[in-house]
Amino acid sequence: MTTSAPTRPTPSRGSGTPGLARTGGGRGGWFALTLLVLAAVVLLSVAIGAKNIAPHTVLDTLFGHRGSDDDLIVLDVRLPRTVLGLLVGAALGVAGALIQAMTRNPLADPGILGVNAGASFFVVLAVGAFGLTSIWSYIWFAFLGAVLATVAVYLVGSAGRGGGSPVRLTLAGVALSAVLTGIGSGITLLDPAAFDQLRYWKAGSLAGRGYDIVLAVLPFLLAGLAVAVAISRSLNAVALGDELAAGLGVRTTRIRLFGVVAVTLLCGAATAAVGPVAFVGLMVPHVARWLIGPDQRWIIAFSAVLAPVLLLVSDVLGRLVARPGELQVGIVTAVVGAPVLIYLVRRRQASGL
Amino acid sequence: MSLGTQHSDGPAAPSRVDFGRRVRILRRRRGSVSLRIDLRTAGVCLALTGLGVLVALIALGLGDFRVSVPDVVRALFGASDRAVGMVVVDWRLPRVLLALLLGAALGLSGGIFQSLTRNPLGSPDIVGFNTGAYTGALLVIVFVGGDHYLTAGGALVGGIVTAAAVYLLAFRRGVQGFRLIIVGIAVAAMLGSVNTWLLLRADLQTAMSAAVWGAGSLNGLGWGSVTPVAVLLAVLLPCVAVLGPKLKYLELGDDTARALGLRAEPLRLGLIVVGVALTAVATAAAGPISFVALAAPQVARRLTRTPGVGLLPAALLGAVLLLVSDQLAQHALPADLPVGVVTVSIGGAYLIWLLVKEARRQ
Repeated sequence: MTTSAPTRPTPSRGSGTPGLARTGGGRGGWFALTLLVLAAVVLLSVAIGAKNIAPHTVLDTLFGHRGSDDDLIVLDVRLPRTVLGLLVGAALGVAGALIQAMTRNPLADPGILGVNAGASFFVVLAVGAFGLTSIWSYIWFAFLGAVLATVAVYLVGSAGRGGGSPVRLTLAGVALSAVLTGIGSGITLLDPAAFDQLRYWKAGSLAGRGYDIVLAVLPFLLAGLAVAVAISRSLNAVALGDELAAGLGVRTTRIRLFGVVAVTLLCGAATAAVGPVAFVGLMVPHVARWLIGPDQRWIIAFSAVLAPVLLLVSDVLGRLVARPGELQVGIVTAVVGAPVLIYLVRRRQASGL
Repeated sequence: MSLGTQHSDGPAAPSRVDFGRRVRILRRRRGSVSLRIDLRTAGVCLALTGLGVLVALIALGLGDFRVSVPDVVRALFGASDRAVGMVVVDWRLPRVLLALLLGAALGLSGGIFQSLTRNPLGSPDIVGFNTGAYTGALLVIVFVGGDHYLTAGGALVGGIVTAAAVYLLAFRRGVQGFRLIIVGIAVAAMLGSVNTWLLLRADLQTAMSAAVWGAGSLNGLGWGSVTPVAVLLAVLLPCVAVLGPKLKYLELGDDTARALGLRAEPLRLGLIVVGVALTAVATAAAGPISFVALAAPQVARRLTRTPGVGLLPAALLGAVLLLVSDQLAQHALPADLPVGVVTVSIGGAYLIWLLVKEARRQ
């Protein structure tokens, strides 16, 4: 296999590795394949759980043939959970793709703008200061926290002329996250009840979320996706560096602002709905880039499909391994995803950013 | 082509080079010793050292039993009465020394990793050390019951095994920076999940004491901890002094470093080992104190206004940051919170302030 491959990578990144699928047709084929995989995973997610339901029963129920006892489980428990998994997964994947394109940092995940820290901090406040305990009351606190934190990060990171550099944005996010995490863990270490609530919320879970939560976050997720699609073309130029992008006629400051808005909407709503699920948004864009090359439009499209696959597979596995209980999806995603990521980064000359 | 061929211009020529910064060149007449000293960096280092000493002297006097600074100095030289000497030297001095030493170790370690990965988010966490250490400690706390030394041992084993695993998994005809980063995040994320799971299945009391350890705390440490830390650092610091200056060549990329006559791979491995060892010392003594390794080099870089990360300023800044944080944790907050909670908040707030100030200056 190695006979024709160059033994040393050439120093110039520009000649880089365009990914497995070089042609438009190849990309289309891969995309269709991942969509099929996603459909299969969705079916599994509805079928498998504490009570297994035969796939044909699931399809019957979904397409309107009601009457079996399993209807209730499928429609009221499994389906909202699966839909939420789809939405949250897509949101995290796209947000990850955006943030990696904007900061050009392979370590960047959607949480880097302070979304997770802000959401966690406000949940700490909700539990510790106001004594709230239901998911439904967390969700708005979490979303508010996520939005406020990203606004603050953007203001700090882009202060001064020229809108600031990606590095400054990244550092501002890390710094503000640190402050919020520090104060938050200080509060929880002094308040055992809040600590107890928080350790469950922080694991990230799809369980126990109904249609009301899906509907609450849906508008934000759709808006975020729309913004992401709108700026995806310009992100290709931004990925070349600010000077070159400006030379190509792209207003980098404005694109970055829209990008931050999209990430806030997507990741903020996702985190509010299920808690912080960290690894998905980091891993999926890398995999998408190695699969189909550096075109941001394709990376965003693939991330939107691959991320729900990872999230739903993890959710199903979480239901299987700890029967009759279940493992939180946030715990399983990293355990499932990390070996794949390691395998992929070792397997081929994986490209940097 | 040798860099030393320009001597024919005469002795005065090198000083006319415009480095873009105010520098002072020290050299002996025959050129056997030649140093170029960056004035701003030197000034920052001196100021940080002075600040560290000053805060240490004040810190030694703080507490339920107040001692004035002159009395502290007298006690340090053994010229005060027994009670004051006991409070200052036996009780408070070890903790202050530990804060300074561990802070410096963390700052150095962060500087090494950020330079090595050419990434401002670089820290020993890149190779999963702290996450692995937390896993090891959690396993001990949850399944064995947390004796201080056992926990430290578990943390060391966990951290070192993780770091080694990350390096080996990333190794494929050498370790490329990008692959190391990706493998590091992947392994750390996996262990992070294990940690979350362990915290969830432990009862609340155990989970909270594990979380206190996980934040990093200097509570209850005495002279018994200072000696091993000092001995280990006495071994590690010379290694840093030898390897550290070569970092700037590695920053140019492996190919350039090789062209300059360095063996990039062994050098990088050596630096990773030293960096991890520095963090390991701190983690074993006080738990995984977060953010010092990440913030110190970045804050130092902004103070010295250098393009790259300087190791000495990073170490000094780490020492001051940890000492100040520990004093705040002990005296300014309502309960005895672990110092890690404070380092994150102070370091983060200071970094934000620096970023805003930097933006104003542009």
